[in-house]
Amino acid sequence: MKYNYGTAICAAFEYILETYPEAFILGQGLWSPWYVGNSMTDLDKKFGTHRVIDTPVSELACTGAGVGAALAGMKPIVVHPRMDFMLYAMDAIVNQAAKWSHMVGGQAHPGVTIRAIINRGGEQGAQHSQALHAWFAHVPGLRVVMPATVADARDLLIASVVSRDPVMYIDDRWLYDLEDDLAPVEELDLAVQGPRCLREGRDLSLVAAGYSVRLALDAADRLSDKGISAEVIDLRVLNPFAPEAVVESVRKTGHLLAIDGGWRTCGIAGEVMASVAERGVSARMGRIALPDAPAPSSRVLEKAYYPTVDTIVATASRLLS
Amino acid sequence: MGGLADPSRFHQPIDIAGQDPAVLQGQLRAILAIRMAEQHLADMRRNGLIGGPVHLGVGQEAVAVGVSANLRASDRVFGAHRSHSHVLALGASLHGLFAEVLGKDTGLSRGMGGSMHLWDGPRGFYGSVPIVSGTVPLAVGAGLAAKLSGTDDVAVSYLGDGAVEEGAVHESMNLARVLQAPVLFVVENNFFASHMHIRLRQPLEYTARFASAHDMPCEVVDGNDVVAVNKAASRLVDHIRSGRGPAFLEAITFRWYGHVDWREDIDVGVNRSTEDLSNWRARDPLSRLTVAMEAAGCWSAGQHADLVEAIRKDVVDAWEKAMNDPYPQPAALLDRVYAR
Repeated sequence: MKYNYGTAICAAFEYILETYPEAFILGQGLWSPWYVGNSMTDLDKKFGTHRVIDTPVSELACTGAGVGAALAGMKPIVVHPRMDFMLYAMDAIVNQAAKWSHMVGGQAHPGVTIRAIINRGGEQGAQHSQALHAWFAHVPGLRVVMPATVADARDLLIASVVSRDPVMYIDDRWLYDLEDDLAPVEELDLAVQGPRCLREGRDLSLVAAGYSVRLALDAADRLSDKGISAEVIDLRVLNPFAPEAVVESVRKTGHLLAIDGGWRTCGIAGEVMASVAERGVSARMGRIALPDAPAPSSRVLEKAYYPTVDTIVATASRLLS
Repeated sequence: MGGLADPSRFHQPIDIAGQDPAVLQGQLRAILAIRMAEQHLADMRRNGLIGGPVHLGVGQEAVAVGVSANLRASDRVFGAHRSHSHVLALGASLHGLFAEVLGKDTGLSRGMGGSMHLWDGPRGFYGSVPIVSGTVPLAVGAGLAAKLSGTDDVAVSYLGDGAVEEGAVHESMNLARVLQAPVLFVVENNFFASHMHIRLRQPLEYTARFASAHDMPCEVVDGNDVVAVNKAASRLVDHIRSGRGPAFLEAITFRWYGHVDWREDIDVGVNRSTEDLSNWRARDPLSRLTVAMEAAGCWSAGQHADLVEAIRKDVVDAWEKAMNDPYPQPAALLDRVYAR
């Protein structure tokens, strides 16, 4: 059946709410299609406003409530329609959810799912644009997933909710129109999910997560026209980070270009490069990330700010020359 | 507020009229056990046997004992940095607490938390953490979970007068009220956040005003009167269990030691005089209960001496066992980050 990335997320929610009576969703804008696009349409009408809860403007309390409900045996999903606002909830995410299992000796696990949406572009500016996945990938105890495909949009969300650990599920509004056919749901064990090769190649490894994977796939097409065979690795799970698939790819191609929709300094692209380098793989490496500046609002600056297929093709060509 | 903030008042025995002597004896035992356990921790911290900080609540024991009288194991209790009394009042073992404070594998949190991260799930103690309002939203979620599951279990959030200065508390109270989550917010107002007196931090010295701001029922009680705490908590827990939403209890109390560890003479706070401390020691939740019970003929000096001796033995036995227990295996460092 035909889905797009947004409706695939909605299908995951429907599966979760139908399958698990202990699942419920809370967050801002859940009764309004404007906040969450086509990713939660009519869930409140199908499953009731007691299980799909639109909340006060309280990012911290709602996220903390998700953590507490998870400790009480529920499968809560907390939705942040824009990641920037979620920063008010850092204590619940970093101090509480991520550390709980460890600090109580593995006797309790807050299996909350925190859905953080990257919602940028369109001249929205510095506080309506951020992609902070690298921050959360830095925190032990928090699983961080970033679906790049329609199938992963559905299946990694289900896996996140089924996981006993706290999970940060990060989806990107720029991907919502991506279309694909989906097979019936099969639950995945998030603990064994990791980077995956989406396109095989010989000359160069393009490694990315989330929307950057789409750029990498488009760039691989263009590079192919120029006679360059690029492999594309979709990171999928940023924490705990399992770099083996990346390392094997680069061992084969001898060239790594890491592409990241987050900032350059201390970002995921740097982690990818370090993981390859410290395993003794000899390769030429480069990265494309956001410049170390807040997102601009002016359209001219915005165009210069975000990585594009053109910049990937040009950088890849230089790396190989 | 009836002058509860004036430490020269409320030194007389508490009012125990109509109380079941057996219940009073149980509460006396609980208060005394918490007192002696914490004084032991103070001694062991002073002599260097405890490596990490201990935030002691000596003087505040009646709050947790009075509240816990209204709870059951399926309720969900959350605490903060000064939570020894909260977990012990629910029936946690002295040995489990001591072993945890010592970082031993047999501790309440398997030696992974220490004094500031306590857990006793089977008794309904969901956890305590040192970020002062860190667990307040978690309690709202645990209460909401009870409601969504169709039970009449309640969540209890212990917090201090300092925590109410954090936004998390107000977000949580508002959310609990809007969702009608079954949560009892218990503010132990001991007038000090670390070193700062409440008069230097807030315009008023009571926190109950926040209950009316969030439209929930509230009681303010002498936190050093276990019967008063029990009665107020009983009324509020009844309200919550009957599905009428959250409630707020402010218990006025005082800690005898400084913010952390055993000292009375440093880290005790700005504006904290020795006269205030001696007045608050006279508002002792333990002696005011004991004297009242003796006057009513349901307690005697002999019984008291026997009880002190029995608890002393429990404390010593639990401590020695904990001292001899093993530390966590090195693998625990990585094995407990994620569920296995």
